[in-house]
Amino acid sequence: MNSADTAFMMIATALVMLMTPGLALFYGGLVRSKNVLSTIMQSFVCLGLISILWVIFGYSLSFGPDIGGFIGGLDHLWLKGVGLEPSPYADTIPGLIFCAFQLMFAIITPALITGAFAERMKFSAFMIFTTLWATFVYFPVCHWVWGGGWLGNMGALDFAGGTVIHINSGAAALVTAMFLGKRRGYGKEAFHPHNLPMTILGAGILWFGWFGFNAGSALSAGKTAALAFFTTQIATGAALLSWTFAEWIFQKKPTTLGAASGAVAGLVAITPAAGFVGPIPAVIIGGVAGIVCYMAVLLKVKLGYDDALDVVGVHGIGGLWGALATGLFASTFWNPDGANGLFFGNPHQFVVQAIGAFAAIGYSMVVTYIILKITDLVVGVRVDEEQEVQGLDLTQHSEMGYSL
Amino acid sequence: MKKIEAIIKPFKLDDVKEALNEIGIKGMTISEVKGYGRQKGHKEIYRGAEYVVDFIPKVKLEIIVEAEQVEQVITKIRDAAQTGKIGDGKIFVLPVEEVVRVRTGERGKDAI
Repeated sequence: MNSADTAFMMIATALVMLMTPGLALFYGGLVRSKNVLSTIMQSFVCLGLISILWVIFGYSLSFGPDIGGFIGGLDHLWLKGVGLEPSPYADTIPGLIFCAFQLMFAIITPALITGAFAERMKFSAFMIFTTLWATFVYFPVCHWVWGGGWLGNMGALDFAGGTVIHINSGAAALVTAMFLGKRRGYGKEAFHPHNLPMTILGAGILWFGWFGFNAGSALSAGKTAALAFFTTQIATGAALLSWTFAEWIFQKKPTTLGAASGAVAGLVAITPAAGFVGPIPAVIIGGVAGIVCYMAVLLKVKLGYDDALDVVGVHGIGGLWGALATGLFASTFWNPDGANGLFFGNPHQFVVQAIGAFAAIGYSMVVTYIILKITDLVVGVRVDEEQEVQGLDLTQHSEMGYSL
Repeated sequence: MKKIEAIIKPFKLDDVKEALNEIGIKGMTISEVKGYGRQKGHKEIYRGAEYVVDFIPKVKLEIIVEAEQVEQVITKIRDAAQTGKIGDGKIFVLPVEEVVRVRTGERGKDAI
């Protein structure tokens, strides 16, 4: 047990917690004013829902004794055996702090998906969907990578959740956006973000919290945390600039939303690599992420599905690039516990990264579809037309965000 | 008596007001309005997607003057509001049948 590590991990955990309300503001500002509360609620309620699932069976399914490389066992139901002594996953901090840190990741991942189906899903359907998705998609994939499952054993590197969180949620986002269909009026009328300053504030909070997300994933206050902290900052800065300049060139104007989106894309892309790569590769990973994610968002318009807030373009594609880039740029010079990537003489690592990424995409898409089908049969996933026009704030929650 | 309605760019309102003060126009009503003419709207960009906004903000002035003052007022507004770029606005002149001052009951020319 180490007090410095424990203190560091409690702060990192609190920082990651703040990302979810940050995400709520980020998404909330991007929708129309009649849906601001329902959008915020879909993120905020995860802080309650996932916390409880986590205590009952989530932690156990993710980090319980391995069953066939696929999922954790039920030994830790109701957190049985999880206490103030260190767990096998982090030997210098109380097991409960590791459990709390991982809980924050489990909370934000389903919240990320909500951007894809914003402005059209029933709240009841959302609650059922999220419960099933966390149970059958997040907990297993988390186990694969970090809980002693097959991907981790194969040597896949995912420092802070590029595959578990971003690729996983991005793939689910694509399926949900297509399953629910386009918002009424999509492509015919303009859907302006109703409060971009709120979105920028949300992006800033995400960035701030991400230091806990990435540096905290070192699980101790040491060299690797320092590396992850630094790469997080510079990759994000590079992505902010590259998206902004790409937009400036192609659309003739640099926009605040472009800058904020670029920053989030950079944060996503550096996540799997944060503790495995040096500073220069971090700048490259971020710089490329800003442009690739911008292109992915433009491509959405051509493909014609309505991923309302671009979860696929930013988290899916950003996460995929980050996971693959980890296989290119990882270096044992910076982290002896990691591995070398393709550019440091180890092409095998790149193959492993690709297997991990595409396995997560395939699994997430298939199971997400089944869950949506079930949810649709039980309560119907989409609000009716009249409710959609009136806005989800009034029809789902009987509240209004603003009375001006 | 005539009513002059002028649609102008919002940032020109102060210039127009001062120009009209110079020729003794004592009152006016203004409102913030939205619309478009040949100028059409403007473009907004969100995450690379372009949206055309049809209606752009303008200011509408309403002034009641005697018929012989009309040309002078039009000239003043035009000079003050003109930038030479598209979207400078329009001036309409309408007949007015009667004017009544609510406080005193005065009518016509005296009520302006």
